[in-house]
Amino acid sequence: METLERIIAEHPFFAGFESHFPNLLTGCASNARFDEDTYIFKEGEEANDFYLIRAGRVAVEIFAPQRKPIMVATLGEGEILGWSWLLPPYHRKFHARAIEPVRAIALDGKCLRTKCEQNHDLGYEMLKRFALILEQRLEATRFQLLDVYAVR
Amino acid sequence: MTQIVLRPSQLNTLIRLLADKRYEVIAPTLRDGAIVYDRIESADDLPVGWTDEQEPGRYRLKRREDQARFGYAVGPQSWKKYLHPAEVRLWSAERQNNTFRILNNETQPARPLAFLGIRACELAAIAVQDRVLLEDKYHDPIYDRNRRGAFIIAVQCTHAAATCFCASMGSGPKARGSFDLALTELDADGNHRFVAEAGSDRGTEVLAGLEATPASVDDLQQAEATVEAAGRRQMRSIDNTGIKELLYENFNHARWDDVAKRCLTCANCTMVCPTCFCTSVEDVSDITGDHAERWRRWDSCFTLNFSYIHGGNVRASAKARYRQWMTHKLASWIDQFGSSGCVGCGRCITWCPVGIDITEEVRAIRESPASSLPLSLKDINHGNA
Amino acid sequence: MTTMAAAPKIDPMLPQQYSVREVVKETADTFTLTLESSNGTAADRFHPGQFSMLWVFGVGELPISISGDPAQHHRLVYTVRSVGQATYALVSCEVGDGIGVRGPFGTGWPVEQAHGRDVLVVAGGIGLAPLRPVIYEVLHNREKYGRLVILYGARSPRDLLYRKELTAWARQPDTQVLVSVDYGGLSWRGHVGVVTTLLKFARLQPPRSVAMVCGPEIMMRFVARDLETHGLARENIYLSMERNMKCAVGFCGHCQYGPHFICKDGPIFSYDRLRPLLEEYEL
Repeated sequence: METLERIIAEHPFFAGFESHFPNLLTGCASNARFDEDTYIFKEGEEANDFYLIRAGRVAVEIFAPQRKPIMVATLGEGEILGWSWLLPPYHRKFHARAIEPVRAIALDGKCLRTKCEQNHDLGYEMLKRFALILEQRLEATRFQLLDVYAVR
Repeated sequence: MTQIVLRPSQLNTLIRLLADKRYEVIAPTLRDGAIVYDRIESADDLPVGWTDEQEPGRYRLKRREDQARFGYAVGPQSWKKYLHPAEVRLWSAERQNNTFRILNNETQPARPLAFLGIRACELAAIAVQDRVLLEDKYHDPIYDRNRRGAFIIAVQCTHAAATCFCASMGSGPKARGSFDLALTELDADGNHRFVAEAGSDRGTEVLAGLEATPASVDDLQQAEATVEAAGRRQMRSIDNTGIKELLYENFNHARWDDVAKRCLTCANCTMVCPTCFCTSVEDVSDITGDHAERWRRWDSCFTLNFSYIHGGNVRASAKARYRQWMTHKLASWIDQFGSSGCVGCGRCITWCPVGIDITEEVRAIRESPASSLPLSLKDINHGNA
Repeated sequence: MTTMAAAPKIDPMLPQQYSVREVVKETADTFTLTLESSNGTAADRFHPGQFSMLWVFGVGELPISISGDPAQHHRLVYTVRSVGQATYALVSCEVGDGIGVRGPFGTGWPVEQAHGRDVLVVAGGIGLAPLRPVIYEVLHNREKYGRLVILYGARSPRDLLYRKELTAWARQPDTQVLVSVDYGGLSWRGHVGVVTTLLKFARLQPPRSVAMVCGPEIMMRFVARDLETHGLARENIYLSMERNMKCAVGFCGHCQYGPHFICKDGPIFSYDRLRPLLEEYEL
């Protein structure tokens, strides 16, 4: 049974972290499980956590009036879910729904924010990594917007 | 090869000899103010005593003071008119219920053709098209058929138009090899004659049917000198040093925007160019829908739809299309076929309605190659010819 | 350099007569046609990635990639999307109708280069059709290749091609099939996102992988870039390019892309050759 600390330390997202940082994070980490078809979080909620998905698939959705929520992306094993904990106003911008049973590590964003304010080195390392995720998601989203398979 | 001297009147004998061998003789003729290729019956059909004045976007015929038969440069047509014809029916088909039957009814040319009056640049152009259409991965049977039967009588240039630049392209003014017969017209000393030589067995056989005296040393020297002088008189040139890299690396040069402002994408240059080979195919059927034909026609990379794929035209702007033509002709051709696609005939310069000069475009890029000039420098260079 | 099927011995501009044997509707606008020679002659062998010029009586001719099994070369299979007059005429054909076929033309996918290596197939939309012969080739000669990973992106679940085969392929040993759609719809439970988002889940070893990519040009550019980031060498990434084509034999000049004729130097090129060209506007 792997410890949370080892899982976090070995996760590619945290590669290159100084050796004592994973310790700091472990203090904010806990295991989480979500049944299929349950909401991990909803748009508008306070963003207190982010998740390291260990198994299962999560759909990122947008609320749409008069119809079911629109799925804009899915995230799977190894991916990071949630970044709104990082920047004010710390509110979820999307729904996240487990479309398969999901096992994840939940990291307490509020707790982490405090630690980042106290330790700017930690803060910088976290921001660098989240900036990379945002860049990748933005690029993928723009590519998705192009609708390349549509007939012109 | 022995060189002989012919009198101008013997040209008719030559034409008759060829006709006796079933050749249809095609030669320069005068029509509608230009010198164009057409069937001739006798040497009187040649533009006797005419010359041409060519400038960018300008072509005029002028009377000469002598009776030279070949005292002009090249006109708007090239021999691809016959070798790589503008319109060819590839095959036809007829419908049979829900299927069809292809009738591969290729038409043979009625008679083999003899081309009288091919210039060195045109010979070079034919060699360029041979490489494209016969010597690459696939082989064009139509071009092959037309090419194989053709009897070639080259004429050494003794007159250079202002737009000629074959000397700098290494394709003239002297025609070397690849002809059945070659003629050099001499008249400077009042003794109007032709020095003729054979370049093949076929040519030797035809020459043998002409009463002629061997060319004297003086004849040969004059012939050599006159042709050489024509080369020296050329006012235009392209410096081909590293031209492939030059054009590849200057894909985004400001000069392309400059020429785009002038180019009408009228496609004249591709129509008159002796090496342009692009075609399109057209499927047509009759009104009953039972009979279909496939035709091949000349096409031009300047047409908007040339590069159409679903969604749009890849080369939509005039800039892209001019750049494609020039880069292909002078640079990509080298990668594709091992030599330049340009033979320096100057037709594209003469027949461009706005007088775009390919030699000038190359010079402009060569003289300011940095493709990423800072904006201010680009402005300073703009307007320099 | 891949070996190619021998150029046809007949006049390359003359269509051979084929009959439609089967028409399968894949999606609302995409159909797969199976053709057999009308007079029983065996078709030339084709190399995965090659294409034919298909002629519909009185309508016109189109370059269409062969998407069948190279081992069954007496049947020519084409998956066609109806996007215009000529493609509409093709997909409207019925069993027994005659179609003119010229080819096969072009260079093929580098299957020999992939011997002993992991094969990564990345398809976008109808791009899966020219890649299917590679999948057949690998699955029928399994011992010659390493892992097979198929990444397939489509617009929506309704646009997925070869659904049954995708499921069957996923069950093969050492074979991974990942599918993603740009728009999920209501009941889709798979990946949603562009095909590049699947790369991170691919189980392969980049240094020993050969990638074959086919789809819209924009998609191939994004994919090739990401493949390089993931550790594949440019010489091991292959794309299938497309341009206007009238003759398929290097004479009409329409398909030129820089110095390359897509019909005879391509349509398949390695990324290291293409990279300087892909970023040039209006090339």
